[in-house]
Amino acid sequence: MEMMDARLAVIDRRLENVKKIIAVSGGKGGVGKSLTASIMALIFSKKGYKTGLLDLDFCGPSTHTILGIERDLPAEEKGIIPPNPLGFKFMSIIYYAGDNPNPLRGIDISNAIIELLSITRWGALDFLVIDMPPGIGDTTMEVIRLLKRANFLLITTESKVAFSVLEKLISMLKELNVSIIGVIENMKLTSSTIYMEKISQRNVHFLGEIDFERELDDAIGNTDKLLKSRFARRLRDILEREEFKLEDESL
Amino acid sequence: MHEWALAEAVVTTAVKEGEKAKLKKITKIKVVIGELQQIDKELFKSLLQDIIHLEDSKVREAKVEVEFEEAVLKCRVCGHELSFSKSRKKLSSEEAEMIHFIPEMAHVYLRCPKCGSPDFEVEKGRGVWIESIEGEKEDGNDGCKIGSN
Repeated sequence: MEMMDARLAVIDRRLENVKKIIAVSGGKGGVGKSLTASIMALIFSKKGYKTGLLDLDFCGPSTHTILGIERDLPAEEKGIIPPNPLGFKFMSIIYYAGDNPNPLRGIDISNAIIELLSITRWGALDFLVIDMPPGIGDTTMEVIRLLKRANFLLITTESKVAFSVLEKLISMLKELNVSIIGVIENMKLTSSTIYMEKISQRNVHFLGEIDFERELDDAIGNTDKLLKSRFARRLRDILEREEFKLEDESL
Repeated sequence: MHEWALAEAVVTTAVKEGEKAKLKKITKIKVVIGELQQIDKELFKSLLQDIIHLEDSKVREAKVEVEFEEAVLKCRVCGHELSFSKSRKKLSSEEAEMIHFIPEMAHVYLRCPKCGSPDFEVEKGRGVWIESIEGEKEDGNDGCKIGSN
């Protein structure tokens, strides 16, 4: 028998008081996962929900840039306590790596995820939003393995390329019986309903479209501007859907 | 301190494994900590003992043994073997602290002294592991041991 990794058994305990875990994923890079995860955390916390945002895109962390969060050293108290710079708890590898490149291979990514999950004390949360890296790689497999309660929110664009990668992710999540909240079609430029239909044919909820917004980049780093964007207004409507209700709310 | 969270993880794992092996009592937990974690052995041992005494379970009377494993890193590009204790001297105290929290930060702050690459493998000395758990079986079989060796 091999030596036992002492960290794994405690991960469930660290998240036992989190009501809903949402992993924002989608397969392809550049479709708006980080922006969705960031603004979602802002919207939930403005609505009064106890919220956490965990950036698991270790090689390309960007939620701190989107939200304008400065580097800080998380406090230590029987673990590490995520800082709360914007009204919700925020944890990212940037607290430890700073602006330096973070050249991690698969085994290192797994180890760093396990370490973070086993030492971070989130406390009681309504929502824990996780920003996922692109691809069905190590991070996705670790979230599926370690966070059995995670629900995947999938983002795609109106692109054959992005959609073909999304389909593979959907196939895998379905094969492994992982909960899929649904798909948001981002950066919409036409009125085509082709992807909406294709997603519905796969028995996955199509949650809505978000139009392409040319000025959105000007809002990066400024939460007031982000919340006033058309993207945020549209996302707020989508988050009103039944799929995002907490268990005690849908009763 | 975040060592507490890791010590709690060790005790939680030991209790879980003890239940799996149907131990009525856990008498000893042998733990290995890798050098990369930069955790003080004696401090970790006393944290483990504190947590064990708080647990109202089969682990309550367990003794703990903590071993230290030196970290060996091997460069994937040029094959050079790095000793963490030597490389550590080049780090600022802040950089060493970041590795203490998340050992993978070694790839951010350390480079192979021969070729300058951050692409090295941690061959030994990373993590907190339970090497073995000793205890008494429910069926009265004393001296049961689970784990390696």
